[in-house]
Amino acid sequence: MFDRLTKNESTKRYLKSLKFSLYCITHPLDGYWDLTHEKRGTIAAANTILFLTVLVRIIKLRYTSFIFNQVYWEDLNIFLYIASILFPLALWVVGNWALTTLFDGKGKLGQVYMATCYALVPYPLVQFPLMIFSNFVTVDEKEFYTVLSALTLVYAAILIVAAMGQIHEYSAGKNILFTVATLFAMLVMIFILMIFFSMITQGVAYFISIGKELLFRL
Amino acid sequence: MNIMKMRFVRIFASMCAAFVVITSMGAIEAQAVEKSYCYNYDYWGDVQDAPSSYSVSRVFTSADLGLEKKFSAPKGLTVAGDKIYVCDTGNNRIVVLSRPTPQTLEVDQIIDSIKGDVEVKELSSPQDVQVSEEGYIFIADTGNARILKVDPDLNYVMEFNKPDDNTLDPALVFQPTKLAIDTADRVYCIATGINKGLVKFEADGTFSGFIGATKVTYDWTDYIWKKFATQAQRALLESFVPTQYDNIYMDHEGFVYACTGSPDSEDIKSGEADVVRKLNLMGNDILVRNGEYEIIGDLYMGNGGGYQGASYFTDITCLDNDIYVCLDRNRGRLFGYDDQGKLVFAFGGNGNMDGYFRRPSAIDHMDYDLFVLDELDCAITLFTPTEFGELVYSAIDQFDLGEYDASEASWRKVMALDGNYDLAYIGIGRALLRQEKYKEAMDYFELKYDDENYSKAYKQYRKEWVEDHIVWIVIVILAMFLIPMAIGKRKALIYEIENADIFKYNKYGE
Repeated sequence: MFDRLTKNESTKRYLKSLKFSLYCITHPLDGYWDLTHEKRGTIAAANTILFLTVLVRIIKLRYTSFIFNQVYWEDLNIFLYIASILFPLALWVVGNWALTTLFDGKGKLGQVYMATCYALVPYPLVQFPLMIFSNFVTVDEKEFYTVLSALTLVYAAILIVAAMGQIHEYSAGKNILFTVATLFAMLVMIFILMIFFSMITQGVAYFISIGKELLFRL
Repeated sequence: MNIMKMRFVRIFASMCAAFVVITSMGAIEAQAVEKSYCYNYDYWGDVQDAPSSYSVSRVFTSADLGLEKKFSAPKGLTVAGDKIYVCDTGNNRIVVLSRPTPQTLEVDQIIDSIKGDVEVKELSSPQDVQVSEEGYIFIADTGNARILKVDPDLNYVMEFNKPDDNTLDPALVFQPTKLAIDTADRVYCIATGINKGLVKFEADGTFSGFIGATKVTYDWTDYIWKKFATQAQRALLESFVPTQYDNIYMDHEGFVYACTGSPDSEDIKSGEADVVRKLNLMGNDILVRNGEYEIIGDLYMGNGGGYQGASYFTDITCLDNDIYVCLDRNRGRLFGYDDQGKLVFAFGGNGNMDGYFRRPSAIDHMDYDLFVLDELDCAITLFTPTEFGELVYSAIDQFDLGEYDASEASWRKVMALDGNYDLAYIGIGRALLRQEKYKEAMDYFELKYDDENYSKAYKQYRKEWVEDHIVWIVIVILAMFLIPMAIGKRKALIYEIENADIFKYNKYGE
């Protein structure tokens, strides 16, 4: 059965595109160009990478040595914790697409999402072994962990920027400009969301208080 | 494409849901938790109720002591040998008490004037008293602007006056409030209006300098503001000066514990201002601060019960096992810290019941018993360690003496009484570490997030493991090199054989 699965055309393509993510992180410019223009990436693979990233982040909570990561379990909300990756990611993808589509960006919404997920690969790839490694070090050797850990995040950030440049076919200057602009767009979206929800809350509270008032009078 | 759109709508919807959760979380305010009489903070700073370390043995009022004239605003209490000296500031006298049995105090002597060749013999608002090893009594005679040294029979020996220092305002009246004396009879004192640190006098009465001034703390916004202020505005602004100490205590090793409560609550909370310092002879702060939290008493400064702001440490005393107890005037609590700066116990409160205070002013200890003087209640409260307190102390003492088995056993008893007591876990861990049971020690340290000690244990454990498994490690490393090498060699050999000339000839049958 497994044999049949691997011979299936779409499964083959999926596995190939997943493997292609490794090429992307070592050859960012070439890789992200091919990702959309040569159709070597798939949304399925992007979803897998995102899932792995979230999964590694959750596993890290429990299995990183307490020297690096002390978890206050009483106050941990796993859904909020998952949202702490997905929410900024969604903001980034929507914000980036909304801006670039107005300024000659060639990437589509799905492609922005795919490329961003492909750029997250260093996180599960490095953080997972690093998590295991963390259990074999003392406080004095803390730096090895913190530096490597910080490097993966920096590397992922660089990859995201590189990926955006390639899929939108932007020059380096324009790319950086739109990276900064996207960050602003994210802030604006957060601001609007906050206004939206506080308005809704107040609106609902208004009708509830009217209802209560009526109940008192009747 | 349509499916794609659907998916994003769904994702956006779930994002919105998450956002609602986030915003509503903030709305739920942290609910105040009722504290028990004795408590402690765990690794996370959560209040953990604890069994009492001390219980009230007795409260002595003026009537209990049989004093004809009742105490009036007493401000100082000192234990010297088996005598207790109480500075009855409002009545211009010092009451000396003795302790014939552990549960009783008796008036031994009342000092309101001294003898000998001196003009002013009456005391005036004495605020502190200290007794040297030879029995000389040093009195901070605040109202008379002097520190008196008298012999055990109250004969005048000498006095210490306002320091002869150019930087002091000539109009300033010398008002010594608190004293400490070292083994060589040098005097360290705190005086009202002098914020350069402790005033130090040599044994012969000469002034030899100020030591241990507190760090100056200021807000950088104030600093910028001052740059633009006019001369007149600047004069009205608070000036950046070191805060004054409130009290000092000379411990058995000759270090001076100094405490203060006057810094701004925010500075205390952020750790910018130290409220407790341990000064060596040079005036440098050598207090060990290895605890998870600053040595500031209460971590939470809500205004429950009408009391707000940080704990105000008005007096401090250090027991012989290096645990020092700070007295908080603000909420009437006592905080005991160990030599690593970790909170051992905290108890007390404001009120009229036994064990609660209205305005505590002084604390001192006799062995492990604590005497606390209340300025408004005019009463002395005697605290004695409970079974729990005794166990904690004996565990610490046994560890210091090197009896690690016994220390471990004591800590286990402590843990049995209070499973939320972080020090017990770390204590067991440290005892196990000294017994070279590294793996067990690691487990205890991990439970209470003590990374420093954990690393110490882990380093030893790792070393032992490597030593035990050195043969296997060498074999594995060798195998990692040799096996690929052998495979490579074999491949090369096969290749060589297959392409060898003799076989080639044979193959083509030439």
